[in-house]
Amino acid sequence: MDLQSPELGKHSWPVMAGSDGLEAHLRGLIGDDLVELVIHAGETGVVVRREALPAVMTKLRDDASLRLDQLIDICGVDYPDRAERFDVVYQLLSMRMNLRLRVTVTTDHRTPVPSLTGIWPVAGWYERETWDCYGVLFDGNPDLRRILTDYGFEGHPFRKDFPLTGHVELRYSEEHKRVVYEPVKLAQDFRSFDFLSPWEGTDYVLPGDEKANGGKPGA
Amino acid sequence: MGGSPVLEKAGAAWTKDDVIDLLPSKDGNQIENYMINFGPQHPAAHGVLRLVMELDGEVIERCDPHIGLLHRGTEKLIEYKTYLQALPYMDRLDYVSPMCMEHSYVLAIEKLAGIEVPLRAKYIRTMFAEITRILNHILNVTTHAMDVGAMTPILWLFEEREKLMEFYERVSGARFHAAYFRPGGVHQEMPGNLLSDIKDWCDGFTRVLDEMQSLVADNRIFKQRNVDIGKISKEDAVAWGFTGPCIRASGVAWDLRKSQPYDAYHLMDFDVIVGNDGDCYARFMVRMDEMRQSLRIIRQCVVEMPEGSHATLDRKVAPPSRGEMKRSMEALIHHFKLYTEGLHVPAGEAYVATESPKGEFGIFMVADGTNKPWRCHVRATGMAHLQAMDFLCKGHMLADAPAILGSLDIVFGEVDR
Repeated sequence: MDLQSPELGKHSWPVMAGSDGLEAHLRGLIGDDLVELVIHAGETGVVVRREALPAVMTKLRDDASLRLDQLIDICGVDYPDRAERFDVVYQLLSMRMNLRLRVTVTTDHRTPVPSLTGIWPVAGWYERETWDCYGVLFDGNPDLRRILTDYGFEGHPFRKDFPLTGHVELRYSEEHKRVVYEPVKLAQDFRSFDFLSPWEGTDYVLPGDEKANGGKPGA
Repeated sequence: MGGSPVLEKAGAAWTKDDVIDLLPSKDGNQIENYMINFGPQHPAAHGVLRLVMELDGEVIERCDPHIGLLHRGTEKLIEYKTYLQALPYMDRLDYVSPMCMEHSYVLAIEKLAGIEVPLRAKYIRTMFAEITRILNHILNVTTHAMDVGAMTPILWLFEEREKLMEFYERVSGARFHAAYFRPGGVHQEMPGNLLSDIKDWCDGFTRVLDEMQSLVADNRIFKQRNVDIGKISKEDAVAWGFTGPCIRASGVAWDLRKSQPYDAYHLMDFDVIVGNDGDCYARFMVRMDEMRQSLRIIRQCVVEMPEGSHATLDRKVAPPSRGEMKRSMEALIHHFKLYTEGLHVPAGEAYVATESPKGEFGIFMVADGTNKPWRCHVRATGMAHLQAMDFLCKGHMLADAPAILGSLDIVFGEVDR
């Protein structure tokens, strides 16, 4: 597979085949179901309407000039400030065209996303993982059990509002002769250091700065 | 004692009907499949895998892998660490090929932040990625051979594996959890005579590899246990998300090092090994030949290793040397800022995949412009492969399950994350 690209050897990250005309083609193919098309860092991503996901995926898989026939990955991303707080991100790969595409849908904790298990069997575990970690429901997945967390786990640990330390800890109890679960007790509070430079990146008011804006000192 | 059907039958040949007679069932003719637990503590489970299998006699009817017993919440932990602090978590994913795990991670950061990497750093990373590939394949092919009864390969090749870990140790200070690849290059320069030692090792390893292959490749027992076991076609392998040696064994010539080259792979001359049958034997042989190709790449890296810096000179990305730090105030400030605040990655999303020894290992990074990732998802190779266990095992004998599992090259640090 000879790859002729002017980018070859320019940078360290993977060089992919050129995607000329991809954007126009995707707009034509997905049509009204396309919400947004993002090109960032040389990668193409589309945000599509949630209800239309299986139809769009089937089109992308079967289209003669895309042939995105491998579902590489599904993952969730949590943005708690949004109305539909979850992104469900699908990574597609076309081995024939040497092409990658990212498809995103948004949802909340109540609205199910159509399952892709009917198109790719590999979607089964990925959707289970997204359900387990984020609590995103998948409509049509025949086996939506938890996968990574413990048997009988409560909550969805990768949500931003789930504490890093969790809620329960377990130990072997000599008294009960079995493993028991107890609320987390930390010998020391979980420490979060603020290393962000005060000149960039912070979104809070530094002590004393409020004076500059006419606020009351010490407020 | 007399009257027990079991004892009366002793010595004579048993038929299936005899067994049915012994079973307590309502209509006398029904055999129910039974479930067994394979693991989580089982030497052939390659870690903490619990397989719940439904058996009809010794034939597997259904196989439900329960994973997550090694789940440590790596992705969640990364969100609470700066980009540099999170790097050592990568080593602990697939602890059999640590540097290849770091590789995707640093490339993802470099892609999002647009960091230039000197050619020498690219060569060092390429060379160590291939050393890691051999490290991983040695473990896989020998334990796979042991799962089906061959004891000698593991004894012979683990000596070589130990030497490779010595190279790890000399370059990074650690035998496994190297944390050697860093955004912008590698952590430190290689010690002086390392390259010539690696070259000497390559010459000796070829012979050991050939000897080991001659032990098992034509062995009758090894073939009976592997040929036509766990077969998967091209189309199924694509649908089940197979990558790496597992999909190449099914006849798909797909290798990210060739098709989407990163670091110095576009300068390397090597072949993509492709199998035909997609069975356990093909997967084994693909890995054996891949080790020879890796040797080719390592040799090229040793010969062509360019002069230059081992990491970028951009002090906002890579720290200054210790000596420079003692003399220059500016270097000291850079060092301090890098190890407290860390580098800022511009907001955006990127998915970077590399050809790890097991297959496509990807990092999906969502950066929000601060010094910590908003989300860092790990695309584990083994998860897709393990999911196909049910598909691959159905209709096979119970004893084939370890052979199939071994040929898929599963490591739970990566699958469970």
